[in-house]
Amino acid sequence: MTDALRVDRLGVAFDHFHALRDVSIRVARGESFGLVGESGSGKSTLLRAVVGLAPITSGSIAVDGEVRAGQRRSRAFFRKVQMVFQDPYGSLHPRQTVDRLLLEPLAVHGIDGAEARIRRALDEVGLGPSFRFRYPHQMSGGQRQRVAIARALILEPEILLLDEPTSALDASVQAEVLNLLEQVRRDRGLTFVMVSHDLGVVTHMCERLVTMRHGRVVEMLTAAALATGAVSNAYTQELLRASKGFVRAG
Amino acid sequence: MSPLLVVENLRVAYPARAGGIIEAVRGVGFTLRRERLGIVCESGSGQSQTGRAVMGLTAPQARVTADRLAFAGIDLARAPPRQRRALRGGRIAMILQDPKYSLDPVMTIGRQIVETLRTHQPVSRAAARRRALDMLAAVQIDDPERVFGLYPHEVSGGMGQRAMIAMMLVAGPELLIADEPTSALDVTVQLEVLNMRERGMGLIFISHDLRLVSSFCDRVLVMYAGRVVEEIASGDLTHARHPYTRGLLECLPRIGDDRHPLPVLDRRPEWAA
Amino acid sequence: MSALPAAPRQGRRAWLLSNSPASRLQARLGRAYMVWLRFSANGLAVAGLAIILLLVLVAIFAGLLAPHSPTLGDLAGARLLPPGTPGYLLGTDDQGRDILSRLIYGSRLTLFVVVLVAVIAAPVGLLVGTVAGYAGGWLDAVLMRITDIFLAFPKLVLALAFAAALGPGIENAVIAIAITSWPPYARIARAETLTVRNSDYIAAVRLVGASPWRIVLRHVMPMCLSSLIVRVTLDMAGIILTAAGLGFLGLGAQPPTPEWGAMIASGRRFILDQWWVATMPGIAIFVVSLGFNLLGDGLRDALDPKEGAQ
Repeated sequence: MTDALRVDRLGVAFDHFHALRDVSIRVARGESFGLVGESGSGKSTLLRAVVGLAPITSGSIAVDGEVRAGQRRSRAFFRKVQMVFQDPYGSLHPRQTVDRLLLEPLAVHGIDGAEARIRRALDEVGLGPSFRFRYPHQMSGGQRQRVAIARALILEPEILLLDEPTSALDASVQAEVLNLLEQVRRDRGLTFVMVSHDLGVVTHMCERLVTMRHGRVVEMLTAAALATGAVSNAYTQELLRASKGFVRAG
Repeated sequence: MSPLLVVENLRVAYPARAGGIIEAVRGVGFTLRRERLGIVCESGSGQSQTGRAVMGLTAPQARVTADRLAFAGIDLARAPPRQRRALRGGRIAMILQDPKYSLDPVMTIGRQIVETLRTHQPVSRAAARRRALDMLAAVQIDDPERVFGLYPHEVSGGMGQRAMIAMMLVAGPELLIADEPTSALDVTVQLEVLNMRERGMGLIFISHDLRLVSSFCDRVLVMYAGRVVEEIASGDLTHARHPYTRGLLECLPRIGDDRHPLPVLDRRPEWAA
Repeated sequence: MSALPAAPRQGRRAWLLSNSPASRLQARLGRAYMVWLRFSANGLAVAGLAIILLLVLVAIFAGLLAPHSPTLGDLAGARLLPPGTPGYLLGTDDQGRDILSRLIYGSRLTLFVVVLVAVIAAPVGLLVGTVAGYAGGWLDAVLMRITDIFLAFPKLVLALAFAAALGPGIENAVIAIAITSWPPYARIARAETLTVRNSDYIAAVRLVGASPWRIVLRHVMPMCLSSLIVRVTLDMAGIILTAAGLGFLGLGAQPPTPEWGAMIASGRRFILDQWWVATMPGIAIFVVSLGFNLLGDGLRDALDPKEGAQ
């Protein structure tokens, strides 16, 4: 079966700054795949390159077997691949109500039955009808992120890219959103590619992951291996150590 | 040793747009020595207002009252504005949420650091420049000379944050307040590198990330709805008593755990009493 | 945070301020109401609004308000009468025409000029600016150089040139002023667009597959509107003055139309002895310009995009 996402020796550069070098990953259909690293490691850039938001200088990306090089993506592509951004305060248009935000993808793709779809979308992410006509500033961070998820799902994609979806959220809200994402993935059989700097989140949500540093892939391993500490690479070990919460350094 | 900061019954209130008053901080009290104190809470719990009240940076329409608000023996509530200004940046420093908003966009990074230093200490320009460069190197900036001459918009976000830390620490403050820095993880890495304990500084680290705060700080205050609901040493967190703290701990995904779905916080109205 | 109970005054106010509107209409009205609350908190802004509303009302009801004809004067018996003469509140000019009536009818022209220029220049500037800002590259360069060319000329001089080329008359004056007014709006729109372009919400819309036109028209332009509205309002004072300048130079409204600038021009000759002929229209221009300035300033504060922030 073809991989849902296949990245081959990808290079991304902004002017002279190489954000990604020689990155290769494969994500199988239905899998949940994690990208871990410190800020500046290039993990978010990889997601953006997949959807055409970053300039590719070398290598290729293939979604469901179809190769894309360069930055152009067709409308059909966006019915397969969608993204949830990190900052709930920045990813919703400040002047549009939730209703308008959810209507836009449907309008662009000419999908009818908008009324029912919007109501269902809000329902699916656990927001009642009272949220339908709110503006972003009338909602909390967790609620905004739910709207962002609803927007990503309303086109019924197969692959969902998640760029640190919960790092800007409080711990309690994070748990709710993670639970929601898991449920959505189960219900729709989605493939996830999730970026996070939090190993706890990644091991909870993903089956396999790669650690990244300075734009390169350092190590690929399974979440199970990470959990037991069966890690070969020194940098990954360092990340693991840094993430052990309550054990103080001294 | 006398405490660095004493806060007793701090209250911050704002007029609400629809009329009435919103109490952001409702009777917060704590004592800080030369240690790291973490304040954990969710958005809207008033934690930023606590930090700003100590700095004297609350909005003009806010009403700040406290039984005691004393820094190194100085009564902050009764101090004249000039004295509070002298303290700010010199003896008390604050790292704000977003470096974009704390670095002056029309001044080079180096110049800002030098100015901060010279405002609070009588040093020559050359000596200030040297100390600024030392500070930039200390926050792990690879090419301090180059960054010294750059404008804030010419450096990446991470580097801007380090520059901000350098600027806040260059005058050697005794108390540092970190107000929910974006990318709190990177900030803790920097602070660790600077080895603040050796410098004898006190730190108040405000964040919603309980795990990070507990691994970095000595003591943790947990705030909910403008009040302190628990005060506990970081090492003792597993023995936390208040249901909100326990709830927060429970809902964090842990490596090696297999809890699907994650337990969710069940907010009790009595916590906000 | 706990909110001490605030007594909701009317059901309607609570409906408008509700944090969970139940319909598009309620959401829009609620938002407009918030803008109004912020605006009305500023006394000077309200004063500015009052002046402009007065101008509009005077223009609408000119026929009912003016005691005399603005164009036909009593040459024989009422030349150059001072203000306060019974029947002629603000005096008369050299053709025996009541200045008050001329001012009242002249308000229509002022409003005409201001509204038309705004309606022509603002959308053009908005379009040019947003397209340039969003497209970038050579399109941005070309559009901005064209804008620069227009900006390089002093406004009045360029308006003069166009008016002279097009011929005298108020419509041509309006076109001339509009042609010179759009560049600053393009600049403002472009600046806003550059900020907005890199935001996540625009990226999210791109990820839906929306065409660049759709993005610019429906997602970028709304973000530029606030700054633009403020700038246009503040510019209105300048537009009035430019129109007055053109009228003063004989290139705008032609006699006997009671355009305020033209009134000042023709009253110039008597400024020493019969000061009111030129001064009264001057005061009218001053008051209206002030009104627009105050209104624009108030709008700037009220339309602050950081809504909801305490």
